[in-house]
Amino acid sequence: MQKKLPLSCEEFEPVKVYDFPDRHGHFGPYGGVFVAETLIAALEELRIQYEHYRGDPDFQAEFAHELKHYVGRPSPIYHAKRWSAHLGGAQILLKREDLNHTGAHKINNAIGQAILARRMGKSRVIAETGAGQHGVASATVAARYGMKCVVYMGSVDVERQAANVYRMKLLGATVVPVESGSRTLKDALNEAMRDWITNIEDTFYIIGTVAGPHPYPMMVRDFQAIIGREAIVQMQEEYGRQPDVLIACVGGGSNAIGLFYPYLDSKVRMVGVEAAGLGLQSGQHAATLTQGRPGVLHGNRTYLIQDENGQIVETHSISAGLDYPGVGPEHAWLKDSNRAEYVGITDAEAVAAFHDLCHYEGIMPALESSHALAYAAQLAPTLSQDRLLLVNLSGRGDKDMATVAQASNIVF
Amino acid sequence: MSRITIVFDKLRQQNRKALIPFITAGDPEPAMMVPLMHELVKAGADVIELGVPFSDPMADGPTIQRSSERALKHNVSLKHVLAMVEEFRKSNAFTPVVLMGYANPIEAIGYETFTARAKVCGIDGVLTVDYPPEESEEWVKYLERQQIAPIFLLSPTTPQARIEHVAKMAKGYIYYVSLKGVTGASGLDLSDVASKLARLRSIISIPIGVGFGIRDSTTAKAVAELADAVVIGSRIIEEIECSPKEELLANVHRLVKSLRSAVDEASPQHANL
Repeated sequence: MQKKLPLSCEEFEPVKVYDFPDRHGHFGPYGGVFVAETLIAALEELRIQYEHYRGDPDFQAEFAHELKHYVGRPSPIYHAKRWSAHLGGAQILLKREDLNHTGAHKINNAIGQAILARRMGKSRVIAETGAGQHGVASATVAARYGMKCVVYMGSVDVERQAANVYRMKLLGATVVPVESGSRTLKDALNEAMRDWITNIEDTFYIIGTVAGPHPYPMMVRDFQAIIGREAIVQMQEEYGRQPDVLIACVGGGSNAIGLFYPYLDSKVRMVGVEAAGLGLQSGQHAATLTQGRPGVLHGNRTYLIQDENGQIVETHSISAGLDYPGVGPEHAWLKDSNRAEYVGITDAEAVAAFHDLCHYEGIMPALESSHALAYAAQLAPTLSQDRLLLVNLSGRGDKDMATVAQASNIVF
Repeated sequence: MSRITIVFDKLRQQNRKALIPFITAGDPEPAMMVPLMHELVKAGADVIELGVPFSDPMADGPTIQRSSERALKHNVSLKHVLAMVEEFRKSNAFTPVVLMGYANPIEAIGYETFTARAKVCGIDGVLTVDYPPEESEEWVKYLERQQIAPIFLLSPTTPQARIEHVAKMAKGYIYYVSLKGVTGASGLDLSDVASKLARLRSIISIPIGVGFGIRDSTTAKAVAELADAVVIGSRIIEEIECSPKEELLANVHRLVKSLRSAVDEASPQHANL
């Protein structure tokens, strides 16, 4: 852990060398467009439109306006002083994405894609969701802009996230339980793709993470990069320096890439934290980058949790948002190129960090974010008190109360 | 000459169209696969498309998803599928077998090992649903080294430039997806298919098969009047799904035979090549 020396602000030198993906959506050997011919035309239309609006000042101004007035950005950076003192080492800073409207970073991307959908003249949006956060974000923006919304959700997740299902319905969305395969997030994604293949003319597919075929990994990253861009400014203003380490949880990896991306050309250390579930050796985890191997799924080449025959296997995490057998292709590239490190945190470690943050800071984190917090809690005591760890607190934990209660054998 | 070319040449001389049934390998159970393949040939199949079961069949509708899940319950892997075809080849040297599936099981074996083994087992073509031509250059080289035909999909939304690109890479036959949707959907627009095929024929010199949305003899006959081959999958799999094991071969035979008659009743308007 300590062999790479953390860096201070004087060493923060952004140099513009990183320029992925290439024009075919490749991040080194990863990414790309691995879809059936029936989807190619729709992806091509999306790529051309997004490349246009990406550089369009009006589009960017509308996006910035919505982030400020609807989402409530910028999200603050909060110094978790009591918890840091308790851990006795580096200072832990939290990027408070949990304070966004709808309670997580997912809304940043949903807003961006919804604005794009409107400009492309699409009247119907569809989305996949695991824990329900991206489904809620999509239902929210669909209501905000008066669009029809259908959310695909594995029937297993529909059961374990009943409150979010009701939230989506209150917001006017139709929630479709998916009964195929393992009936979780990956199957919801398959079903959303099938809907899109069938309803290409009027439908925009809002993918919730930095995975899927090009241009999604790039587009979702661009919309989430507000997290890191704000952090660079806020760190300079409030601490006069950049953090030594960035820490974020990685399922598909959108909150992590949002924080990391603006820092990629610097020397700041970055750690992505995956779900080690019941332990990396248990076979019951979702630690794709640390335990998987490259393959093709959901439109891109990336690391996957698969068996020896190339079948995708079921993953496990206490946090539904990390329970995914793939990972964004840019993370695959950042791992192979050693620009970022990826580690695993177990269910039990995440739950302990959840309780810690409630106890020491009065903040209830999402179980996803609790994985990043748990790693920060391991790293902090190994570093001196003048080191700064910036953890992306990607979502709030109200949705997870029942899960945490169950893990603690508490019945309401 | 490849088995696929021989079959299409012969049909053209007879002024007939090809019937290509699709089944998922290992559905309903691995032991039935080789007898089922022979039954398809007896009932009039010209080429067999064999689906390779995959955990995440993104472009398939519920019927083929279920068949994939049934096969996976028996742990049918791509290696097993190759072994099944090897077994089939012991008593059938002439019916082309085309594998249709997704990229990841192939990547798990590796291009070189897979294509070498596929050749030995008597595979004639491979259609990898999630390898569009842009991501297929390496892959196609490996297939061609073993003289296995790379089969590609074209859809109603494929633009002219891509059709030309695919026409250069494809061998064997082209698979035209006749509607916007997943496998097993209904609502085929025949006049649309006719006009699209006319456009394709001005660019493509190899035979064109049409699939997705062909669910009965009437549609099969109508499509046979337009295309060089009629591909039928979900309807056959439904028959497999609802047949008791002891009646399965007979039921599939009856269905495929009726489709064969329908295809042969077609009065061809265009003969390609």
